[in-house]
Amino acid sequence: MSAAPAEVDLPRSANKPKSDQPWVTIVWNDPVNLMSYVTYVFQHVFGYPKKKATKLMLDVHHKGKAVVAAGAREAMEHNVEVLHGYGLWATVRQDK
Amino acid sequence: MRAWLAAAEASLLRSLVGQVMTLVAAEDKGTSVDELELLFSGVPAGEDPTTPEDPVLARLLPDGYSDDPEAAGEFRKYTEASLRSAKHQAAQDMLATLPLAGGRVQLTGDQALAWLKALNDVRLALGVRLGVTEDFEEQWGKLAQDDPQWTAFEVYAWLGAVQESLVQALG
Repeated sequence: MSAAPAEVDLPRSANKPKSDQPWVTIVWNDPVNLMSYVTYVFQHVFGYPKKKATKLMLDVHHKGKAVVAAGAREAMEHNVEVLHGYGLWATVRQDK
Repeated sequence: MRAWLAAAEASLLRSLVGQVMTLVAAEDKGTSVDELELLFSGVPAGEDPTTPEDPVLARLLPDGYSDDPEAAGEFRKYTEASLRSAKHQAAQDMLATLPLAGGRVQLTGDQALAWLKALNDVRLALGVRLGVTEDFEEQWGKLAQDDPQWTAFEVYAWLGAVQESLVQALG
């Protein structure tokens, strides 16, 4: 016996209130941190494979900044605190 | 991992790391807290702390929000003290494994990580003081060898090379 699937009204993303938007961790480019070091930190802190960590590092380097993680606000704040411990210039922002 | 340092290099590292330790240990005007209040609540009372005035400290302890000063103050209130002590600890761990008169350095993974963090803080501090840009080699090249900043640039370049070799050894 199985129930018929219920129709669910999913909220349209355009109508989502701002507070439902995910939060992101941003890393900004700076002239001091070594490219190899930034890649290492992304691998070590987030467990990213070397290829992904390198791509993110290059995004930071060429575009001035990059989103390196997304999720709950508390988790992003934790990321930023850890990255500050490594000397990376990181901030939290609500995704737009 | 293993490395070898000359006596002068070990002494230079000790001095630079010690300076960063002092810097992160000191209370900045912008972040003074009521110690008694802190004792009871674990959280500083009063106004949220602001970005440190010293550009070096502002770089070592950056804002957690770039577009929301209120959120940045709140973030700083809850994280700055632990960030300061984490940086202090990394520096202390590095000094504990740095031979006084130079020589062989042998580090475990955790110790090498402390070196990476502490060395990077020294590079950030020196980089801000020297106004280093992406074209640092060019900036250095323009200085005369008798310019007092020339040696500082040389030290900065050397620290970068040490950092690079540590990253390669760990990676």
